[in-house]
Amino acid sequence: MSVGVETPPPVNQRPEGRYHAKDFKGRVDPDWCPGCGDFGVLRSVQQTAAELGLDPHRMVVVSGIGCSSNFPGYFNAYGMHTLHGRALAVATGVKMANHELTVIVTGGDGDGYGIGGNHFAHMARRNVDLNYFVMNNQIYGLTTGQVSPTSRVGMRTKSTPFGNVERPVNPITAAIMNGATFVARGFSGDQKHLRSLMAQAIRHTGFSFIDIFSPCVTFNHDNDFPFFKQRVRRLEDDGHDPTDWKTACEKAMLWGDEIYTGLFLEVKAPALHELEPILAEGGPVARRPLGLTEDQARALIEAMV
Amino acid sequence: MTAGDFDIAVAIGGAAGQGIATPGNVLARLTARRGLHFHAYNAYQSIIRGGHILLTMRLADRPIHTHGDRIDLLVCLNQDTMDRHLDVPGPGGHILYNADTITPDHTPDGVELCGLPVAELTDNDRNRLVQNTVAVGAIAALLGFEFDNVEETLAQQFARKGEDVVRQNVAVARAGYTYAESRFAAVPTPAPRGPTPLAVWTGNAALAMGGAAAGVRFYCAYPMSPSTGVLHWMAQHARDLGIMVRQVEDEIGVANMAVGAAHAGCRTMCATSGGGFALMTEAIGSAGMMEIPVVFINVQRAGPSTGVPTKTEQGDLWQALGASQGDFERLIVAPRDALDAMNTIPELFNLCDQAQCPGIVLSDLLISEGTFTVDPAEIDLHPEIDRGQLIVEGRPGGDGYRRYLDTPDGVSPRAIPGLEGYVHVVATDEHDEDGVLVSDEFTNPHKRRQMVEKRARKMAAVRARIAEPVLEGPADADVTLLGFGSTWGVIREAAERLRAEGVSVNHLHVKWLVPFPGEAVAAAVNGARCPIVVENNHSGQFYRYLRSETGVTITHHIRKYDGEPFMPHHLVEGVRELQTGGTEVYVPVQEVMV
Repeated sequence: MSVGVETPPPVNQRPEGRYHAKDFKGRVDPDWCPGCGDFGVLRSVQQTAAELGLDPHRMVVVSGIGCSSNFPGYFNAYGMHTLHGRALAVATGVKMANHELTVIVTGGDGDGYGIGGNHFAHMARRNVDLNYFVMNNQIYGLTTGQVSPTSRVGMRTKSTPFGNVERPVNPITAAIMNGATFVARGFSGDQKHLRSLMAQAIRHTGFSFIDIFSPCVTFNHDNDFPFFKQRVRRLEDDGHDPTDWKTACEKAMLWGDEIYTGLFLEVKAPALHELEPILAEGGPVARRPLGLTEDQARALIEAMV
Repeated sequence: MTAGDFDIAVAIGGAAGQGIATPGNVLARLTARRGLHFHAYNAYQSIIRGGHILLTMRLADRPIHTHGDRIDLLVCLNQDTMDRHLDVPGPGGHILYNADTITPDHTPDGVELCGLPVAELTDNDRNRLVQNTVAVGAIAALLGFEFDNVEETLAQQFARKGEDVVRQNVAVARAGYTYAESRFAAVPTPAPRGPTPLAVWTGNAALAMGGAAAGVRFYCAYPMSPSTGVLHWMAQHARDLGIMVRQVEDEIGVANMAVGAAHAGCRTMCATSGGGFALMTEAIGSAGMMEIPVVFINVQRAGPSTGVPTKTEQGDLWQALGASQGDFERLIVAPRDALDAMNTIPELFNLCDQAQCPGIVLSDLLISEGTFTVDPAEIDLHPEIDRGQLIVEGRPGGDGYRRYLDTPDGVSPRAIPGLEGYVHVVATDEHDEDGVLVSDEFTNPHKRRQMVEKRARKMAAVRARIAEPVLEGPADADVTLLGFGSTWGVIREAAERLRAEGVSVNHLHVKWLVPFPGEAVAAAVNGARCPIVVENNHSGQFYRYLRSETGVTITHHIRKYDGEPFMPHHLVEGVRELQTGGTEVYVPVQEVMV
């Protein structure tokens, strides 16, 4: 067998409303702790996919390693549960090989901002058309509670028994500075808002990033549901202009009695696959016939003689 | 005249930035168009300006597979080259140099010192590169090339820079040609003409072309010497050939991106050197676990760590063997030269697709950065393409697909994302036939064992498909030389020479390292009177691996680990030394100091 000489399938999707959230339920049930914030994120992606009428077989969900990275197993779509920190790199390979697929990348703060930080910076810069949903719980949960790149100063964990001295990364300003074209923050405890952000992210062509507060009920007792419920405030209620990156950064820096969620920034810019000349025609490279044509072979030899 | 009469080595030495590459390319093209064989090795340093570079180019009227032992015609672009190598050519040799700026310390016996009055010949041209073109003309005259050929080649070389540049270069080359022709004795055998024009390539170009021929649709890399030539070739040809080429932020990203593209259905390749390969290793294991075929090329340089970035070594064999934690199925192959590299890539892709596992290619600086002629008729750009059990058509409404179905041969039909009816998850965690993580239910020893055994079974078919090494030379010989990878050419030439000198020698060269043709190698070693392992590293990596796979022991070794490749006489002398029993490990001295 050889890879498709046939015309690539049309990108059409089922009409909105044809799918239900349960159509996106995976083969196994999550093993997350009862009350984990990740349940709300999973439900939100399932409902958003149904609302947008995305076909499961035209979606790929790619994750790294961590509690939240178990996501692909709980979701009905093509899935890749890859290495710790490497989901964005793998997902970029998938997207550039077949740009007709909708690619969602899920993971946690350690996976994305720690071990995978380099890829985060570069995929944002490249504006790869990925939807990157980070379940940020400010702790390493799967390894039973160590400090993470987003843990607050002073936080006591198993690896910082006397309190964390390192300042946390700000994923929102980091994403903006690295050139992400869609930057938002959501909260697992406000699923309606989260779904709206996810739908906008998936519709946005380019690197769409949502940092999602997804509290760990087992290992992070500082940043729990009540902590966020009392503080989150929607940007849109404040009339934030998502084309204004300076205000977006200012609002992203606020971390106190009020913490903003919502769409910080959306910029129109061509995505990497739209800039790649070889994709101008011929469909996804993954579906093109293999091997060289006679003309190509002749030209290669002529150049050497 | 019989084949073998014309065999001459020209070396050009100078500092980085003095423009050695251009005269090298011109000479390569001149030689190839004439149908003569060419084999070049460039000894250089990781330096941007300065240092010492020596480009050795051997020209012959028969196929040659090493840069040889001698320098017959030395071109000095600076005083340093003159001082270092004045005594290398020896009787019958020529030394060309810019007489305005370079002075030989003495006149070696039997050597013709060919000082070129560059300023006079070029009308005081101030261009510092002009001496190179004068030298090209003079070399061509001494080798017996007609000037028309030189003119034609220069026109081709400088075509993109415009007619004026071509005209100036031709005029300067002609001045050097005429001067040398009238004042210096030519080499004893003028360059003949071969039956048909040959092509010129590098080993990296050959690896890249092998990928293109195999149907590579995705290539990604991070620049690292001496593998970067593959990236350059791919980037240059990406648009014409429809190959997605990406430069990535690091080799961890490269390897993982490659895994993603391969899973999506592309034949995918990436190349690096040992340091980058170290960063790729976790992803190589992930391709093994997820059963995704990807080809990883390691162009070895002298290590460890940053090592000697511009020098060659066969020091990454055990790195390749140990690339990634755990037991998993992967293929490792070491091509013997550029043409073999080209042909190996499509073969490896077929095997990787059939066995759904990663493949590793061990090249090295010697193969990858060498410049060689090749008969275009030998380049197969339309190799067989077999993607194995790959599902490319959807089945609306279909269900029950199991990505890791336990089959008798261990191969589970592989569906690529985008197809209806085959939705599944692949995982780097151990999983069951359905792709569900074993740890998602509870760590299940039976399922773990089932999957380990399923994956392992895939190798039986690979073993049956790969060629076993064949003994070259007389079956019953006094000495059997064993090697792997890039030492094939030099061992072959040394064996020929030893046979000519009356020593009975044969040669067993191993290409497939995993799976290892243990029985064939053990049989050859057990049948040998005096087996000698030749390898370009200190600790005997190939020998130790051979021993671990076969249980046979060998006491005689020739090893080189100074960064420079073997020359044939190193092996000839090593065999003689080992035969007289003075030592068990012979380490040749590198006499050309570069």
